[in-house]
Amino acid sequence: MWGKLTWQAIPFDQPIPLAAGAFVVLGLTALPIWVAAKGYIPYLWREWITSVDHKRIGIMYCLLAAVMLLRGFIDALMMRSQQALAFHAPGYLPPEHYDQIFSAHGTIMIFFVAMPFVIGLMNFAVPLQLGVRDVAFPTLNSVSLWLNAAGALLVNASLVVGEFARTGWLPYPPLSELAYSPGVGVDYYLWALQISGVGTLMTGINFVTTILKIRAPGMSYMRMPIFCWTSLASNLLIVAAFPILTATLAMLLLDRYAGFHFFTNESGGNPMMFMNLIWVWGHPEVYILILPAFGVFSEVVSTFSGKPLFDRRSMIVATMAICILSFSVWLHHFFTMGGGGDVNGFFGIASMIIAVPTGVKVFNWLFTMYGGRIRFNSAMLWSVGFMVTFVVGGMTGVLLASPAADFVLHNSLFLVAHFHNVIIGGVLFGAFAGLTFWFPKAFGFALDERLGKAAFWCWFVGFYVAFVPLYVVGLEGMTRRMQHYDRPEWYPWMLVAEAGVLIILCGIALQIAQLWVSIRSRARRRDASGDPWDGRSLEWSTASPPPAFNFAVLPEVISEEPYWEIKQAGSAGRPATPEAPYSSIEMPRNSATGFVTAFFAVVTGFALIWQIWWLVLLGLVGAYATFVVFAWRDIHEIEIPAEEVARIDRAVRDTTARAMHEEPAR
Amino acid sequence: MSTPALRLAPHPSFARSDLAQREASGHGIGGPAPKRIIVGYGFWIFLLSDVIMFSGFFAAYAVLFKNTAGGPSAHDLFDLRNTAVETACLLASSFACGMASLAVGERNLKWTQLALLVTGLLGLAFIVLEIREFAGFIARGAGPSRSAFLSSFFTLVGCHGVHVSAGLLWLGTMIAQFYAKGFRQDIRHRFLCFSLFWHALDIIWVAIFSLVYLVGTLPPELLP
Repeated sequence: MWGKLTWQAIPFDQPIPLAAGAFVVLGLTALPIWVAAKGYIPYLWREWITSVDHKRIGIMYCLLAAVMLLRGFIDALMMRSQQALAFHAPGYLPPEHYDQIFSAHGTIMIFFVAMPFVIGLMNFAVPLQLGVRDVAFPTLNSVSLWLNAAGALLVNASLVVGEFARTGWLPYPPLSELAYSPGVGVDYYLWALQISGVGTLMTGINFVTTILKIRAPGMSYMRMPIFCWTSLASNLLIVAAFPILTATLAMLLLDRYAGFHFFTNESGGNPMMFMNLIWVWGHPEVYILILPAFGVFSEVVSTFSGKPLFDRRSMIVATMAICILSFSVWLHHFFTMGGGGDVNGFFGIASMIIAVPTGVKVFNWLFTMYGGRIRFNSAMLWSVGFMVTFVVGGMTGVLLASPAADFVLHNSLFLVAHFHNVIIGGVLFGAFAGLTFWFPKAFGFALDERLGKAAFWCWFVGFYVAFVPLYVVGLEGMTRRMQHYDRPEWYPWMLVAEAGVLIILCGIALQIAQLWVSIRSRARRRDASGDPWDGRSLEWSTASPPPAFNFAVLPEVISEEPYWEIKQAGSAGRPATPEAPYSSIEMPRNSATGFVTAFFAVVTGFALIWQIWWLVLLGLVGAYATFVVFAWRDIHEIEIPAEEVARIDRAVRDTTARAMHEEPAR
Repeated sequence: MSTPALRLAPHPSFARSDLAQREASGHGIGGPAPKRIIVGYGFWIFLLSDVIMFSGFFAAYAVLFKNTAGGPSAHDLFDLRNTAVETACLLASSFACGMASLAVGERNLKWTQLALLVTGLLGLAFIVLEIREFAGFIARGAGPSRSAFLSSFFTLVGCHGVHVSAGLLWLGTMIAQFYAKGFRQDIRHRFLCFSLFWHALDIIWVAIFSLVYLVGTLPPELLP
């Protein structure tokens, strides 16, 4: 009846997972009860859960990423503490639990923190920057969000029911095959990723279509903001790379569930094929994450330097060059496979070449700052911190790209330090810069600067204190994922790394405090102008938060920095745009399709993990029924009448004009 | 006063029958492209992603082709006559789907439904033939767990079969939608996507037919 699921699945004998699981269960039940008791459910259902508004979906993505960042960070804290304690000692985490923690840490940080963070920022900012009202397929967008959340839920469910993979964040066979990983851990990993992967693929399709087909009149390719360009590149990579992930994980699933022999040791299977296929997805994935972050830095650096971005054209060319080259470097993840000198030589050189367009970008940002009137807002601090950190990470990357050096450093902590250097210093700093930058646009008030700067310094210093030691011990031969060790020369460095992670903990605490303080004092922080940073692109030309339809009339674009130009043209810092004749606006209707689909995806995924076949069937039938109900809908859009548009827009114009009058020069 | 660089004017896409709207390409000339273009374009992107997924399975098949682990090889198993009939069914099905497109263009419900029915029946015949082929292999001890070669064969060809089956489910839903809703614009957009999907499966099949069946039945000494 219940497949492999028995009471044994709940870890009553292990205090740490049990306590963590109890905490999650308590949180997951207490939160809805609290929400229901407060009477917020109808509001949440109407305004958020069923919302197909790209701005709300973007905010929910970022919220998901923030919550999962806490979970992933707790894992990191536990790993660092284990290695600080486990010199000549067993530490406090038994090997089978430690293995689950490093696997969960990587999986969560990549798939459920970095991905939703950058997708959230793209969701929020891209349609506003393009000067349009929504993405190409708004309901599909909501489906993407909720499928991503479904995957995250399954990963967290593994804390309480069963176990998570012990194979590392990429489940290399033959270890991940049924013979060596008979538990449900790898199945949790595989199904969670298949479900969220479908969501990500649909995001890719949605945004490629949006950016290529839905732009304000006059916005030619060369006039598109850089963040839109990097988002386009990132989504093209999603469309080209994620199907390979789906195929690869499907092969591993067939091996595990149906006795196939894709990656097994026996019957002609080929484990190295998994490494090749997974990294054909995996290396583009790195650029899927970093390119939108590059876009954020471009917007922030240009805005806070008060200058147009230096040589946009080379920035665009560099972005697209990375987009293409990213498919020719995957083998540098396993030079030790033994592909031979020619193969390793090709991929080594390609990996070094891909550093060149990134270098071009760094110079673009530096020259943008050169001669600018720079305001060191915390978004700008994250950007400058990124430039310094990312260059260090890039250089260790070029070092690793040399096959000869890689044979020494492969799977050492040097590698771990390298990719944390680029992912924390690149993607995460970019996400925080974007969060600081667009927060006032999303909510109408800016985050507290003092706490924001303090958080930046903790993260920045904490990062170096935590990861420079890993470079050192990596060079001294310490491999990754060690549950215990007995080399005395590594021990002090592990203690320093532990101190670093505690400094980062302070940074996170300060960020939570920043959110708390800023929300409490939001009335005082209210920004009525809609343009708190003296911005240059179209998102700053509308109100904060923008009305559901973003723009009462679609702007007509005739230059690269449309909003900056209009501010220059107007007198006294504010354009005298004539009130245009209003017409009614059709907006997509809210839909529960995404939420209901994700519900059935969770049911199906959970049933597949535990092999409860009748429940699998039930989940699939439910998903098909949801599809039919959506297909039978007669009214897709609601019309906002012209008078209503006029009323909202006049109110907005009134407040922004007054705000601008009170504060003419910034 | 200088000319404002940004002119705020009502956008033509909200005057539905405007000529500018129909000519809007999304390339920054006339603003957002019309709905039909957006839907078709998005679906093309999806199809391309699907082709990439198949390319993953094709790559695995190519890598594992010779790994028969002492079991039957492609040359021992494949029967080109069966494949020829399957191919004929699938191509005729796509022809019928093309006929349905014409009937939709003519707003002729009777012919639309008839053509869709023929499309579906031919698709079903294809699936039945494929299942029969698979069952025959398994009965001869050449199931997917026999060898890596057979694992990759069943996955690649089976994945196409799953696509055709999902297409049949979609087709049934489509017939019901035409019956219940008529030739409404959104239904026609959906049908456009369906026919793109159905034809794309043909293209995949042509690749399977050539790379799996034709190459597989070559005399072994001709293979590299």
